[in-house]
Amino acid sequence: MNRRLSLFNVTSLVLGFAFLYLPILLLMVYSFNASRLVTVWGGFSTQWYSALFRNEPLMEAAWVTLRIALLSASAATILGTLAAIALTRYGRFTGRTLFTGMIYAPMVMPEVITGLSLLLFFVAIGLDRGFWTITLAHTTLTMCFVTVVVQARLLTFDRSLEEAAMDLGAPPLRTFFSVTLPLIAPSIVAGFLLAFTLSLDDLVIASFNTGPGATTLPIRIYSQVRLGLSPEVNAASTILIGIVAVGVLTATLLSKRSLLRSDRTAG
Amino acid sequence: MSSFRQNPSVGAVRRTFAPWADPSATPLIRVEQVTKRFGDAVAVDHLSVDIHDREFFCLLGPSGCGKTTLMRMIAGFEQPTAGRITLAGRDLAGVPPYRRPVNMMFQSYALFPHMSVEKNIAFGLRQDGLPKDEIAARVSEMLRLVQLESLARRRPDQLSGGQKQRVALARALAKRPKVLLLDEPLGALDKKLREETQFELMDIQHELGMTFIVVTHDQEEAMTMADRIAVMDHGRIVQVATPGEIYEQPKTRFIAEFVGDVNIIEGKVMGQEGGLWRVATASAEAPFTIDDPDEVLEKGQGVAIAIRPEKMTIRRGAPEPGTMNALTGEVWDIGYLGDWTVYRVKLASGEIMRISRANASRFVENPIDWDEQVTITFAPDAAVILAE
Repeated sequence: MNRRLSLFNVTSLVLGFAFLYLPILLLMVYSFNASRLVTVWGGFSTQWYSALFRNEPLMEAAWVTLRIALLSASAATILGTLAAIALTRYGRFTGRTLFTGMIYAPMVMPEVITGLSLLLFFVAIGLDRGFWTITLAHTTLTMCFVTVVVQARLLTFDRSLEEAAMDLGAPPLRTFFSVTLPLIAPSIVAGFLLAFTLSLDDLVIASFNTGPGATTLPIRIYSQVRLGLSPEVNAASTILIGIVAVGVLTATLLSKRSLLRSDRTAG
Repeated sequence: MSSFRQNPSVGAVRRTFAPWADPSATPLIRVEQVTKRFGDAVAVDHLSVDIHDREFFCLLGPSGCGKTTLMRMIAGFEQPTAGRITLAGRDLAGVPPYRRPVNMMFQSYALFPHMSVEKNIAFGLRQDGLPKDEIAARVSEMLRLVQLESLARRRPDQLSGGQKQRVALARALAKRPKVLLLDEPLGALDKKLREETQFELMDIQHELGMTFIVVTHDQEEAMTMADRIAVMDHGRIVQVATPGEIYEQPKTRFIAEFVGDVNIIEGKVMGQEGGLWRVATASAEAPFTIDDPDEVLEKGQGVAIAIRPEKMTIRRGAPEPGTMNALTGEVWDIGYLGDWTVYRVKLASGEIMRISRANASRFVENPIDWDEQVTITFAPDAAVILAE
């Protein structure tokens, strides 16, 4: 495992990472630019960050985004966990394959279509577009990711732990809360963080389902950039990238640890 | 066991404890005509057995024989497809596992990884809503019983295999169930520890006066611990008897071969003379004389003669004329095990016989060597006739 990297491997690694992250790195560097011109380096400064915190519409958009992300991620975590339990625990019920397919479909469905169909639906049922429609739409989008993460943990879960709890006198519901839930909790948190970050940076679905007074940060940034590049937006994006990176990293570590733990108990 | 001779005893005997021989005794657990199907597969097939209070009962059989399914039905994790199971006269049908006065020790131990040893043991007591000080007292009693007082605050992943096994046992015993089910309780331990633990389990069972039902595929384990063994094959019980009876008086060839080592010689019944059976075989010129009076056989019937390796004697040279039950052959292999020496002798017919001899003294003058011509003999009552 500890083989040294060959020159070829190093080159491909560097090229690959450069392709993926160079643009983002550039954006982050220019967010600390003293010059107003986006493409000219004028020395280090944090002035755009302070400008950002004084920018009322941008801050309000950030607050809306945060609330939507928290609410939709919470709803998606509950629904997604329940779906994962149904998929792993109730064997081969009729329609299981269809159910599985339908759970996973939003992952591969073009966002434009998801956004458009949700918009049509909200119009059809006469729901005013705004904060709540975006929250609902994001719940729909992110639930499947929670299901995937939690299901992976449940598949390696030693069922005899639950049987032992029941054997010792715990009815099914108490077994779930005292044994199953604590053990799958890391993967549920991981699913939540994933859902949270997905909601945070979604533009397409949010712009389809937004309404007056519910402008999310990505929508605000996008509309501002159309009027011209501004270093403030760079600063906002850098913060967003930071939050998303921390969220995804924590989610990965948590689900890895929870899988490791299940291996240990099985062994 | 009506088919067994009453006067001479076999194996180790605990004369004071034999409730199964008492027709007026009421069994604690009755399994009546129970069948369990999984789809088309029949795991347990019209099985009936009675298990008595305070009995150490072993379900022994190869993997896939249905022993674990039977245990899981008693625990309540599986429902019988047909038949019924009663405990102390109460039908267990539809009673969920968490309402049965039965606890189980799982093969994987199934310790809760997010709880300390203490909390694991207290789990069942907390479900009963016992007062805190009583739980604490019972937990420390259990820790003392399995000698783990010093590890009370450890997590399961900080324990060795043997320690985990003890915690699992303590947790299952803590509620003082009427019946403790143990699924391959010693399967994950190494040989030395397994032997020690076998005797410990027996002591604990005796001390607490509980009924133990153990599932195992290890015949030595079953022989050591059990009051009675039920040998299972293909979802049925082939024989229920004490370890001694299972070993010395196996009912079928499957049991003779599954429990312990055995030499099987096939032959045909020639008739009965003075209560002794005469059986002709291809392995020896003269027919064998066998003292197995309970068998009801017909002349010309094909049978198998089963003789345990330690019940045969081996001698150098050809048999003296007129020797009863003699086989001749050549020493093929000698295995020295310390306490025993095992000889594998190849007969003229090509069959290999195993003969074992206890090494009662440290020095043997002129021992039997490889490739020597030898005579094997056995007493008429050393062999068992098994109808084919």
